[in-house]
Amino acid sequence: MISRDKIRNFSIIAHIDHGKSTLADRLIQHCGGLTEREMKEQVLDSMDIEKERGITIKAQTVRLTYEAQDGETYVLNLMDTPGHVDFAYEVSRCLAACEGSLLVVDASQGVEAQTLANVYQAIDQNHEIVPVLNKVDLPAADVERVKAQIEDVIGLDASDAIETSAKTGLGISETLEAIVQRLPAPKTGEVDAPLKAALVDAYYDPYLGVVVIVRIHDGVLKKKQKIKMMRTGGVYEIDKVGTFNPKLTDVEALGPGEVGYFVASIKEVGETAVGDTITEDKRPCDKALPGYKEVQPVVFCGLFPMDAGDFDDLRAAMGKLRLNDASFTWEMETSAALGMGFRCGFLGLLHLEIIQERLSREFDLDLIATAPSVVYEMTMTDGSEIELHNPADMPDVVRVAEIREPWINATIYTPDEYLGGILKLCQDRRGIQTELSYVGGRAMVKYELPLNEVVFDFYDRLKSISRGYASFDYEIVGHRAENLVKLQILVNDEPVDALAMLVHRDRAESRGRQMCERLKDLIPRQMFKIPIQAAIGGKVIARETLSAMRKDVTAKCYGGDASRKRKLLDKQAAGKKRMRQFGKVEIPQEAFVAALRMDGD
Amino acid sequence: MTRESAQFGPQYGFGVYIHWPYCAKICPYCDFNVYAAKGRDPEPLLKAIRKDIAIHRPRMPEHGAADSLYLGGGTPSLLAPDAIAGLVTAAGDSFGLKHDAEITIEANPNDIMRMDLEGLKAAGINRLSIGIQSLRDHALAFLGRDHDSDVARAALKRAMKIFPNVSIDLIYARPGQSEDEWQAELADVLEYGAPHISLYELTIEERTAFGKAAARGQMTPMGDDDQADLYELTQDVLSAAGLPAYEISNHAMSEKYQSRHNNIYWNGGDWMGVGPGAHGRLSVGGNRYASEAERQPAAYIANVQALASGWSEASKLYPLDNARELLAMGLRPSSGIDRTRIESVSDRTLSQAKIDVFVEEGWMVQDGPRLALTARGRLLADALTAELSP
Repeated sequence: MISRDKIRNFSIIAHIDHGKSTLADRLIQHCGGLTEREMKEQVLDSMDIEKERGITIKAQTVRLTYEAQDGETYVLNLMDTPGHVDFAYEVSRCLAACEGSLLVVDASQGVEAQTLANVYQAIDQNHEIVPVLNKVDLPAADVERVKAQIEDVIGLDASDAIETSAKTGLGISETLEAIVQRLPAPKTGEVDAPLKAALVDAYYDPYLGVVVIVRIHDGVLKKKQKIKMMRTGGVYEIDKVGTFNPKLTDVEALGPGEVGYFVASIKEVGETAVGDTITEDKRPCDKALPGYKEVQPVVFCGLFPMDAGDFDDLRAAMGKLRLNDASFTWEMETSAALGMGFRCGFLGLLHLEIIQERLSREFDLDLIATAPSVVYEMTMTDGSEIELHNPADMPDVVRVAEIREPWINATIYTPDEYLGGILKLCQDRRGIQTELSYVGGRAMVKYELPLNEVVFDFYDRLKSISRGYASFDYEIVGHRAENLVKLQILVNDEPVDALAMLVHRDRAESRGRQMCERLKDLIPRQMFKIPIQAAIGGKVIARETLSAMRKDVTAKCYGGDASRKRKLLDKQAAGKKRMRQFGKVEIPQEAFVAALRMDGD
Repeated sequence: MTRESAQFGPQYGFGVYIHWPYCAKICPYCDFNVYAAKGRDPEPLLKAIRKDIAIHRPRMPEHGAADSLYLGGGTPSLLAPDAIAGLVTAAGDSFGLKHDAEITIEANPNDIMRMDLEGLKAAGINRLSIGIQSLRDHALAFLGRDHDSDVARAALKRAMKIFPNVSIDLIYARPGQSEDEWQAELADVLEYGAPHISLYELTIEERTAFGKAAARGQMTPMGDDDQADLYELTQDVLSAAGLPAYEISNHAMSEKYQSRHNNIYWNGGDWMGVGPGAHGRLSVGGNRYASEAERQPAAYIANVQALASGWSEASKLYPLDNARELLAMGLRPSSGIDRTRIESVSDRTLSQAKIDVFVEEGWMVQDGPRLALTARGRLLADALTAELSP
């Protein structure tokens, strides 16, 4: 066990691409955590998606042993937090396990919206914060401007900010020294008290089972100990205790202030709750740690296999993903248009994208995702309350007294030449402006926005309007009653369940028209005219007509073509390709995929 | 319902098709089984085809003399008249040719200019199908043809002096072609008075030079609506000129000038296919068989020598196969098809509800058991066939 005053627990707060992972790698390297040969680029982000996108999805931690200039040896625990708002709760638990943070800002880019949200969280946790200006070697670096920005926007003293280049190694020893000198050691912790540890995160390892990352507050965690999870009630016997150096390294015990892991025959990540308090089974502590929160999915969408035969594979893949990601939820869903699939809940849009990508990448599945939807709250006329996850399940409007939708507080940072376009985008999405300020050539604007307007294509629009320069962050502020209606799309007078959506009454017509126009271009022409309509209840608010096909004939058909013709008829009879103009129009899956990709207003 | 066994029906005809796969130049739109002729000795393949023809006769005791012989390709007009005579004689010796049998050869305009047409006639040929394709130089260049419009015109005149029964092939619905241009070109063609014209919309086939150009975005095929307009215009112009359609793409001055050979395909008759890649349909012993010869000339020749047949495969067609082929082919001619043939061969009834809708929409006419497509219906033939298919 390490003496508390020789421990520093810290996290790194940074925007995507501002060099957090590279800086972490340099710190690890400097402390000799890995040999040159083991030093792969960006040790921390271990998932392929994390490496490619430069984002962190799961919290990770690394123990560094650092011999400081004062001659003492310190243990530095770097907690790597997920960098995205979708994982805001995980971020908060990570920060709660530390006493200080490095605020890493790209010296050419400046402060971004996401940085701001995380740095405020760190301030809320009473962190000491050391500003680090990274990439100072770049020609575009403007150290003085960025320092001023940190002071103006965040209100932190940036006069003794450390200048680094994680790429060249500049400023790395200064950074390590600052961690020891300027960040505090864990303030409390009794070795003899009953165990009290925070569950920071957990991940699934195919050999070890679930590996739980913990921060010890009081007491000692050791092998063979019987522990109890205070929230879930689970009791486990500890098999292994250790630290990440960054390789998993067994230790005898972890004491107050320390960060490490344990393994205890836990089968699924779902058995662990981030933020839970871990104590001794026989000698529990009297009070759990504060701040526990149950994580709820906020964005839902249907996932269907492109090929109906892959349904079982999809089910198996989701089960495997859930071993490692308990925050994503799913239940079976059957769609008339898309067949059997799952209604899935996610922490946010990035989370949705990550799961989708992992399913297709790690399990080789072709998926169709329906339009993302948010969670609506409804008060029924009989006084009961329901939550709606799928617009297709919308009850009859006469039974609904009130519909409430989730709203967010959005913070957008942008170079000011793009501000006009961004303001228009937010206004168009029913946004309410709450703040607008300028800091050195950049504007910061805050809007209240309905989440439902953001889940469609807000990110994409924002990116294209600002050519990728705007940054965006949000937090959910609660549900508000709005004039929401269910917009149905009817193809040949048949409602298409997978295209149903809830929209604000004022936006229904334009959304409906857009959808009809788009489908008209996407659905192949049939032998008869096909009406494509958008309707609210029984009332059609937009209509397009898919004109009948005029020509479908083979010009040359002689003796050598008879076999080909017959085989085509065999295929049409056997497959789904056969048109049924006497009943339903089959919408090809490509048309769905394209229709659901709502870009451009 | 008793099933019409797959017996040979002499009333639907029996024909012999010979495929000559070599061409002086491969056209960018053509996806037939063709090979460059340059430097090839035609003799081994001629010998193999003659042997293949001789071998098959004993396998088909129920068939009398053939109603037609068709030399297609490729470019069979590259052959010398005596080689052509050799093939006609082989077919006559083996299968027998009715005294009034239609004996057609496909010919390239360049070949017609240099050929001994009297010699061709003496070889037994009584019908010429000429690949004119267009009477416009820019179009011929676009289509990659090895002749210009002057040669096309001269060849047409020359052929018609010797052969009263001449057919010409034209390709329209070329990218950018306007209705006016096409109407003028058609009028130009009609001046020559050919009694049979085949008119094909340019079809972009995947594995051709045009197919690859279209996939790369270097060529944009004409849209379906514009093609439909040109098709309708073609129907009007040809009907007014006394050459109504007797099949989706084929027009004749009178029944006498219709292609007897091609009618065998559309009416569900039997045909023997010889030469590389040729298909056949033969009814023997109550079963109908589909044959396909080896596609590669060398493999075809080797097969004939080793196995005494150029076929690579011959498979028995099942009741549903026969019904689907009868329908797909039978809806093409304007005279249509007797539905009871399809129903009895498959033991399945065609949907009267669908037929009623087709009639109501003006796509089909029903005359007793006979189903036939209208001009508008012919434009949708593939979709209607798929819909009605048992």
